Amino acid sequence: MSLNTSLLISILMVLVIIRALRRFLDLPTRLPRLNGLLNYIWGPGVVLGLLALALGWKGNQTDQLDELYMLFVLASILVVLARVRHYRPARTLLLALAPYTVYSAIELLLAVTGRELMKQYDDIFETSKGFALIWLVTFIFIARSQKKTLEAERLQREEETKAKERIEAQNLELERLVAERTATLTTQAHELQQALTELRTTQAQLIQAEKMASLGELTAGIAHEIQNPLNFVTNFSDVSSELVGELEEEQQRPDRDAALEAELLADLKQNLQKITHHGQRAASIVRGMLEHSRASSGERQPTDLNTLADEYLRLAYHGLRAKNKAFNATLHTDFDQNLNKVEAVSQDLGRVLLNLFTNAFYAVQKRKEAASEADGYMPTVSVSTRRGPNDTVEVRVRDNGIGMPEGLQQKIFQPFFTTKPTGEGTGLGLSLSYDIVTKGHGGTLAVESKEGEYTEFIISLPA
Amino acid sequence: MKILVVDDEADVRALFEQRFRREIRAGEFSFTFAYSGEEALEFLQAHASEVVLILSDINMPGMSGLELLRRIRQQYSAPPPSPPQVMMITAYGDTESRQQALQLGANDFLTKPVDFAALREKLTTIGIHEN
Repeated sequence: MSLNTSLLISILMVLVIIRALRRFLDLPTRLPRLNGLLNYIWGPGVVLGLLALALGWKGNQTDQLDELYMLFVLASILVVLARVRHYRPARTLLLALAPYTVYSAIELLLAVTGRELMKQYDDIFETSKGFALIWLVTFIFIARSQKKTLEAERLQREEETKAKERIEAQNLELERLVAERTATLTTQAHELQQALTELRTTQAQLIQAEKMASLGELTAGIAHEIQNPLNFVTNFSDVSSELVGELEEEQQRPDRDAALEAELLADLKQNLQKITHHGQRAASIVRGMLEHSRASSGERQPTDLNTLADEYLRLAYHGLRAKNKAFNATLHTDFDQNLNKVEAVSQDLGRVLLNLFTNAFYAVQKRKEAASEADGYMPTVSVSTRRGPNDTVEVRVRDNGIGMPEGLQQKIFQPFFTTKPTGEGTGLGLSLSYDIVTKGHGGTLAVESKEGEYTEFIISLPA
Repeated sequence: MKILVVDDEADVRALFEQRFRREIRAGEFSFTFAYSGEEALEFLQAHASEVVLILSDINMPGMSGLELLRRIRQQYSAPPPSPPQVMMITAYGDTESRQQALQLGANDFLTKPVDFAALREKLTTIGIHEN
């Protein structure tokens, strides 16, 4: 084989090997500088070739040139591998190449120094070469499988890293969503809190409005109730001054009628008592009205239920009469005169009674409107007091009005429930009454009714 | 002249008896009192011919003055003897009540507080007319 050919083949082989090595070890990234130098690995081969040509080497002298070059290449590869020995396949390759390199070096050395030994140990050398080559190939395979394993591990790690990043990204997104939702919820909670506060305010206002509305219903009744005693006060004082005039006249006469004088004086005395009585009557009505409008002190005081019920019955009746003059009803009272006073907030209880009476009058009015003349329907509202079972006192407010079906009786104590047309009732009357009786006085408020016949409310208070 | 006064306030009796003391003593007027419409009708059944004038309150528990008026006009419409005059008295001096009363056949309509001087004049006129 000519020098050029064998050297050329060697150079080509080297280029192929270097290319494979580059790929295998990923040299451009691991060792960029050495990788650059490897581009010129053909250089020494060509130099050797040219040198041989120039010097006119021939025959034996040129036999080892390609081997020398190969040894140089092997050394270079060893250096490269040593530089990347931290990479396991590189280490394995190092191990793979070592015997062959040693073999090549010794062979070359022997070739240069003398061929006798070579001849003598030809078999051993051949065997060694075979062994070195098998070793080389085996370890290259091992290195390859190591590289594959490493690659797989790397891929797996990358996959894991990616997964981790994905999870982290998802976590971030989730955290953002949670923060967003939390903010929304906080806002909502705040808004709800605000709405609740507003509702509470409105409720308080409604309760006060209901109170004032009931006072409005009372006003006409109160005016009427005050007008009557005031008329008596005026009339009795007026007539009394007439009596005094008569008395003076009588005194002037020579024949004084003692009996007439006594009669006049008796009348005068009676009139003054009546004036006092009617004055007090008016005053008590005004006091009641003031009490009704005033915010409740919530203080319980001994209260005469008979008086309270009677007073509010009249007020409610005249209140309604003032609004609807054609309306008329029989008022019936049945009071237990031996009833003990009960501890109660009279103005609160008054509101309850007023509410029950107003409802009763409403019910009889409705039935009256529906009834024909021939029915002879007599609207009647009655109130009675008596001692109830278990040391209680009962006030019953009964009307023979339109009554209520069973279904309605369940609902009437609910706030805002009303059977009246919009604007006529707040729907708070009975629910407030219920609260006043149960929560305020530890009593009970019950209803009995039959549709088209009657309704009866029973207030039961601890005596 | 017999006058029936219908009012649920009992003190009306004392008031009328004192206001018209002289007339009562002179025998010009004689008053009878009823404290409800029902009571008034009851009294009228027995003394229909005697009563010349009825003074009635409108606002009374039970039968109202207007209802009483309606019944009186129904039951005692035809003479003889001549039907009693009816004067309505009310605290609610609104035109609606007045119209309703006059429509039902009231002869007069007075508002509380009653002007007794004016009432006395009216009663006297009726008394003279009667005689």
